Parts: sequence; structure tokens; C-alpha cells
Amino acid sequence: MNAPAKSSKYIRGESGDWEVVIGLEVHAQVVSKAKLFSGAATDFGAPPNSQVSFVDAGMPGMLPVINRRCVEQAIRTGLGLRAKINRVSVFDRKNYFYPDLPSGYQISQYKQPIVGEGEVIIDLPGGETATVGIERLHLEQDAGKSLHDQHADYSYVDLNRAGVALMEIVSRPDMRCADEAVAYLKKLRAILRYLGTCDGNMEEGSLRADVNVSVRRPGAELGTRCEIKNVNSLRFIAQAIEYESRRQIEIVESGGKVKQETRLFDSRAGETRSMRSKEEAHDYRYFPDPDLLPLELDAAWIKAIEASLPELPDEKKARFIKDYGLSAYDAGVIVAERELADYYEAMARGADAKLAANWLNNEILGRLNKQGLSIGDCPVSAEANHAIIAMTSDGTISGKIAKDLLDIVWSEGGDPRAVVEARALRQVTDTRAIEEAVERVIAANPDKVAQAKAKPKLAGWFVGQVMKETGGKANPQAVNAVLKARLELPEEG
Amino acid sequence: MTDLTSLTLADARTALLEKRFSSMELTGALLSAIEAARPLNAFVTQTPERALAMAAESDARLARGEARSLEGLPLAIKDLFCTKGVRTTAGSRILETFVPPYESTVTQNLWDAGAVLLGKTNMDEFAMGSSNETSYFGPVANPWRADGSNQNLVPGGSSGGSASAVAADLCLAATGTDTGGSIRQPAAVTGTVGLKPTYGRCSRWGIIAFASSLDQAGPMTKTVRDAAILLRHMASIDPLDSTSVDVPVPNYEDIVDAGVKGLRIGIPKEYRVDGAPPEIDALWQKGADWLRAQGAEIVEISLPFTKYALPAYYIVAPAEASSNLARYDGVRYGHRARDVRDIGELYERSRGEGFGQEVRRRILIGTYVLSAGYYDAYYARAQKVRTLIARDFDAAFAHCDALLTPATPGPAFALGEKTQDPVSMYLNDIFTVTVNMAGLPALSVPAGLTMGGLPLGLQVIGKAFDEAMVLRIGRALELAAQFRVKPKAWWLS
Repeated sequence: MNAPAKSSKYIRGESGDWEVVIGLEVHAQVVSKAKLFSGAATDFGAPPNSQVSFVDAGMPGMLPVINRRCVEQAIRTGLGLRAKINRVSVFDRKNYFYPDLPSGYQISQYKQPIVGEGEVIIDLPGGETATVGIERLHLEQDAGKSLHDQHADYSYVDLNRAGVALMEIVSRPDMRCADEAVAYLKKLRAILRYLGTCDGNMEEGSLRADVNVSVRRPGAELGTRCEIKNVNSLRFIAQAIEYESRRQIEIVESGGKVKQETRLFDSRAGETRSMRSKEEAHDYRYFPDPDLLPLELDAAWIKAIEASLPELPDEKKARFIKDYGLSAYDAGVIVAERELADYYEAMARGADAKLAANWLNNEILGRLNKQGLSIGDCPVSAEANHAIIAMTSDGTISGKIAKDLLDIVWSEGGDPRAVVEARALRQVTDTRAIEEAVERVIAANPDKVAQAKAKPKLAGWFVGQVMKETGGKANPQAVNAVLKARLELPEEG
Repeated sequence: MTDLTSLTLADARTALLEKRFSSMELTGALLSAIEAARPLNAFVTQTPERALAMAAESDARLARGEARSLEGLPLAIKDLFCTKGVRTTAGSRILETFVPPYESTVTQNLWDAGAVLLGKTNMDEFAMGSSNETSYFGPVANPWRADGSNQNLVPGGSSGGSASAVAADLCLAATGTDTGGSIRQPAAVTGTVGLKPTYGRCSRWGIIAFASSLDQAGPMTKTVRDAAILLRHMASIDPLDSTSVDVPVPNYEDIVDAGVKGLRIGIPKEYRVDGAPPEIDALWQKGADWLRAQGAEIVEISLPFTKYALPAYYIVAPAEASSNLARYDGVRYGHRARDVRDIGELYERSRGEGFGQEVRRRILIGTYVLSAGYYDAYYARAQKVRTLIARDFDAAFAHCDALLTPATPGPAFALGEKTQDPVSMYLNDIFTVTVNMAGLPALSVPAGLTMGGLPLGLQVIGKAFDEAMVLRIGRALELAAQFRVKPKAWWLS
């Protein structure tokens, strides 16, 4: 387990195998009511320029004051990534001109970030795991938003986002294929959500990734990398990596050299395009922000934050495997979201844990996915599902009825036990009732009886008919037994 | 009534409390004096209506016996302090029409204590200059002229308007800011008292930034006692300024007359510069004699890194300025160039048109020294020099309570005399910048006249947050110097 991410997923080129090397720089918006250096609000979707303080607007003489909450969130995240928390870190100015950067510089952390090296364990298909190293995490301000489509001659600027706290989380170049990059981002997002430090919403831009891609011969020195900016969905990240690695392999195989540059992913065309070369790269003229003192963290505060950390996905997964006997795969799926894991535990407590896991993964998630809902929107409570599973386990209802019951409760609501009584969904285990149904089916289908005797596999058809006859309530095992006896079929059929 | 204008802050305070005249009368007299002194060009913006309204309120409070500490005392404010609803230009075209919607902490403190705003004083553009000749609003004239000369002299800079206004009795006192000597050098060449407090003593919030790690507000007054009074009300611990230091503000006025008996005063030998006018050395010697005569012990000390202070200052200050001034981009407020094709041209022309030559020069220097590949050679080294300078002072203060030095290398010079040679202009700060680099408090006190009848000042440098000591020693020098000469009011003819 936990070997460094390594994959045999080499890409075959004209001249042999190629290994793709991927690193991610993730910008995660910190969950905080106020901005990193001002008291302005951070709500998503507010009217343009309605959440802008004088500091955010870069007014003359305004000074930044660090928001303690954002620092706490960064520490919390660092601890969740099993990373070193730096007791002293420094805010620097990154200088460049752009209309959505009101001060002409972004306050960031350059040489001394708040969080140092850590790691993320990623879950791969088949229940395997791999470790991706974290190089650093630092706090910085977000920029505002330039709107180029509001007027024919002018661009507009919305500064609501200007100054919002971001955590830039930089991974080591430890990923070797798009699937691993996606798994990394999924896991990172799960950890951030568990910690409550970032809502992980990629559509709203609370989680954005820059992807660094290079290619090399397996085991060779690292190739020249290209950075793909602001790829804003898991699917696009996979697409961008696939496209970019192919592009680079083609260049090298046709005798060219990959140019170090920043590229943009065009999601419509499904390709990456050059944005600026290394020569055109900005000289950001970083220097320590003289308006801010070095950030010094109290060891007791870090300890207190550590003590308040929730159980994280990896620990939870291990516990689910151990305590509930789940497969690594099932446990991985369930712990991917904290709400899902909580839902599962509420459902599985005192019930058949494996049955509960299957029920959740197949029935509940299946229905939610179909309707585009998340677990938080699930119309059936964990307690109701617990009841359904318990009734299935103790034979009160059949597995088939359980699904019907779920459909009823899903669309109409109600207490599952009451519904079972009201609609007489109890499983029929009464042999006489089943025998009667069997008799009716046999009487109506004499030709089939003869065929079944010759071809015992046709007994299944009879089971189906009897179930139909009983409205699905008959216990299938009992039906089987009665049918076998009545049709004089051999035991092994 | 013309007599009212020549009152000190302390005397006017007593007279108002004794109701010998009203704040309206005092304010009116000063407003008339300002009107009559237009040739000095000391004010960028006059606020007579506001002044009279504030005076009226003060008179009402005085009548009710509810006078606050500075009740009804009219002040001039350097145009670097943002004043709510009153245009604040920083002496620059780029802020020619800028009216802040907020009040700086320092000026708010003054209004809360009952002071009256007469207007905003002229200054070198963005406080960059030592002669007030870089102002977009034209140079300020020094009220002093050499004996028998009609030649206008500079009032020093960058707080030249404040210095000129105090020297010409256009206000009871004024605020200034000091980044490399901008309070002390103009005070010295206009025969007034100027105090640069310890870095962190006065809040920088709402003061338009030049070099954030060096900028500090301070009083410019007619007497040392007045400086003590004004500093107490300018200083505060401000949660809006992260570099504000939590050290209690004493009542300095109680301490100014404590005398110097038993104090040890250091004379730094490195301040004896080759080619300095003999008058400067003689005055310095005289100052030491005065203090010795009052019971102080004079000791020679050494500040070996002094010679690196000025070059290091001209790296650190422009570097920070280049970043601080990036916000003046024509996008949100301030001067915006007309008829531009794109954002690049908007920046280039707005800033090119909005900034004067000296500001552009320093932005270029600052941008250069922060550039990739030059940062370590310049900025990082300059910061190391700063540490060494601070250590110099620490070592010196192990042997003495304060230091005595000349304030400037010479008296006021003629308008235009040094504008073509930036380096000779920069040398004006040779005795003052060291203190900014170390963040220490220092006071300039008028100590005598040159042969030609122009004022010269002495500088007292103290330990961090020991403004009280600096004021005490300054008061002793003031008593001994008996500097009572006033400039002839040539501007009235």
C-alpha cells in the first residue's frame, strides 16, 4: 500500500513508451465570512462590487490586517494534509498590473509559506492507494474578476472576489496519469470538505487547479514542463492532461523540444493553447510586504486546532473496513464525502453493515445520481433506510419489496414500517399461501410443467410467475423449495 | 488681532480656556494669514468653511466647559493624510481630484481631541523630495530669506508646506510625515521644531504610503512643548495598522521640563563629514556645550555603519514606493489618460501623465532593484545594512541616553539650485535617514542662524519609544539656544 504513485500506464508513442509526470497547484478558497486582509464579506453571487472594502479596492493609505480565521483554516488544512506547520511565515507582495488587481500587487507567501511538506493518499481503482507529496501550502489573496462581455468598448471589473483568502496547495510531481491527477484532486477536495476549510465547489470557482505536465522516457530525468492554467472541472483536467501529454510526445518524437510555457485549456476545442512563454513570464518582483509583520504562530494554538480536527477520510476508511467489514472499494466510495459517511453510519448502526453499504452504493446513490442530487438532498432519511435494511435482514420484506418500498418512501415519504403494514408488503413465508399460488400457476401452464421436468432450469420461470401471483411478497427461498417439491425437481437445479 | 497667529499651541490652549478670545477669532486670524501668504504656496487646499464650523463647535464646547485637550486649536495637515470629504493629493497630479471617503487615524485622533482643520499643506509629490520642488502644485517658498536677499529659498521637504506654514505663523502647528527626514530637514531649515516618532508610534492608516517600513507621522511646531502636546494626540495604538506598536503613550508634556542633569549624550563621530560647512560643526559643538552646561555628560560614540545608510535608504525606499504606487493606475480613481486604445496604454499614459519626474525616477529605481537577478544584490543587502545600522544604535545606547547630531548638512538653499542633480538633493538627508532605517525617534530643534541669517537645527536621536527623552533634551537645547527670531514677512509686501 501507500507506495509512491507509480503506474504502468505509459503512453505508447511512435518510438516507444513515454511516462507522463504531473503536478498540481490547487487554489482553494478558504471558508471564511471575511476576506484575508479586510472585513468585507465573501458570499458567492452577490451583486458586482457590493462586497468591497477600501482595502480591497486599493484606496490610498489603506492597510491590510490579517484575518485570524483564515490563518486558522490554513493551519487546519496543513494538519489535515499531515504537513509541517511553519511557526513563522512571511507575506510577500507579488507585483503585476491588471485591472482586477487593485493594489498592483497580490499579497501572497513566497519564500516562507505557512505550511510545509505533507502528503495525500489517493484512492485508485481496485481499492489500491498511492501517496502524492505536498510541497507546500500558502495563503494568498484572490484577484477580482474582469468582465469583457458587458460593453462593446469597455471591460468591467467586479472586485467582490478581490482579497478573498485562497490556499495555494502545491503537490510534488508524483502523478503519472490523468486518473491519478483526478484521484488526487478528489481526495484533496474530500479532505478540505471534511475539515470545513474549503467547500470544494469547482463550478463556483472555490477550487481551481493549474496542472503541470511533462513527459519523459520511463525513469529518465524530468522533461520540460508546461503549466496549464485554471482548469475548472475534473473532466477537463483529465482531458487537458491527455491532450497535453500527447502534444508533448509528438513534439519530442518529431525531433523538437518542448518549450516551457504557460498554456490555457480550451474546453470547447478540448486542447491546450500557448498563453505566454518563459521569456514573456512576468517578473513579479516579490518582496516581503512591509505593511505586515511576519506571521508567528503560537504552538498552543496549533495544538488546540489539531485537537479539534475531525476524523479524516483515510482514518474513517480504515475504521469502516475494520469495524464494518467493508471492502476497501466500498469504504473508499462511502468516505469520499463526509455527509455520505455520516449517512452511512446512521444507517448501518445495528444493521447488517455490508448490506447497508451495498444498499447505499447501489440503491441510494444510484437514485441520487439519476436525479442529480447529493446525499444532503436525499429525500429518504438514514433512519428510514435503516428500517428498510433491518426489515430485509429479518425477513419481514423481500429484497425486491425493499426496493419497491424505497421507491414509495422516496416519492411519497412516510415511515417505511407503517408503509409495509398499510400496503401489506410483508413477505409471505406462509407455505400454504405459497403452495396455493404454485398450484394456480401449474394449473394454468400444464405445457410448461412438462418442459420444466425435462429442463429443470425452466423452474426459474415458475418462480417468476409465483412471485407475480403473490405480488412479489413471497419469500423466494420458500417459493423455490415448494416448486422443487411439487415439480419433483432434483435438489441441485 | 494679528498677534493671535504668533501664539504657540500651548499658549493658545490656555488663552482659549481662559476665554481671552474665541476659537472663531483665532481661526479667523489664521485663515486671513493664510490668504495673505499665498506667495508662500504653503497650502494645496484651504478649508475655511470647515475650519470655521469646527471652531464654532469648539467655542460651544468651551462655553459649556466641555473642552477637549486640543479644543479649538487650528492645525495645518500635510496633504498626505487622507481627510474625509477634503481633497487629498499627495502633491501629485495623479490624485489632483481625489477626495477620500475616510479619515486617517492620526487626523481623526486630532479632531477627536477638538483640533480645527485649516487646510492641507503642500509637499513634495508622494513625499519624495527634500525641497518641496517636486509638488505638482508648485514649489513652496521658505518664509526665511538670507539677510539682504530677495531670493526665494526652499523650505526643505517633503513636509515643506507644513514647515513653511508653521514658520510663517499660518497655523499653530502642523502634521508632517518623515520617511528619510521629511519632518526634521524642513523643520531645521525653517527654524521650527519637527519630531519623527518611533516607527509604529503613530498609525499609518489613512496616510498615503511612500515607503511603508520607513513612513512615520509626526508633529511640526513652534516649540518643543507644542511637539510634546501634539504628539500625544497624534499617537495611538491602531488595530488597523499591523505595524502599530502596543506601547502606552505617555503625557509627554509632563516630562519636557525635566532637564538633562545626569543624562549621557552621545556624539557620533561618523556624523563629522568632510566638506560640511564650519557653521554646522560649530553649532553642533555649541549644542553639546549647552547640554553639558545643564548637567549632561557628553560622550563620543561610534555608529560605524552610518555611511551605508543613505545608499541603502535609496534602495529600500524606492523599492517599497514602486510597489505602493502601483495602485495609481487610472482604473478606479485619480488621473486617467483620455483616448487610450487598450489597457497597456491606459496604464502607461495615466501614470506617465500623472506622476512627476522624481516619482517616475524612484519607481524606476525601485522596480530595478526588486527585479529578478538584482534583488539579492540590492534589496536583500540593503535590508542587511538596516539590521547593522539598528545594531549600531543598540550598541551606542548602551553608553548613552540619546544622541546629538546636526539636523542638516546646511541651511535652506535656493529654488532650483539642486533640482538638476538628484544625488546632491539626496545628500540633504544624510543626517536624518539613518534614524528612519533604524525606526528610532528623532527631533530637530532650531539652534541658531548662519552668518547669512538662515536657521539651522540640531537633531536629538533617542531609543525606540523614548520620545519623552528626546523631547526633554530638545527642550534643554531650546532653552539654551533662545531661538526667538522670526522671518520677516516679505510675502505681505
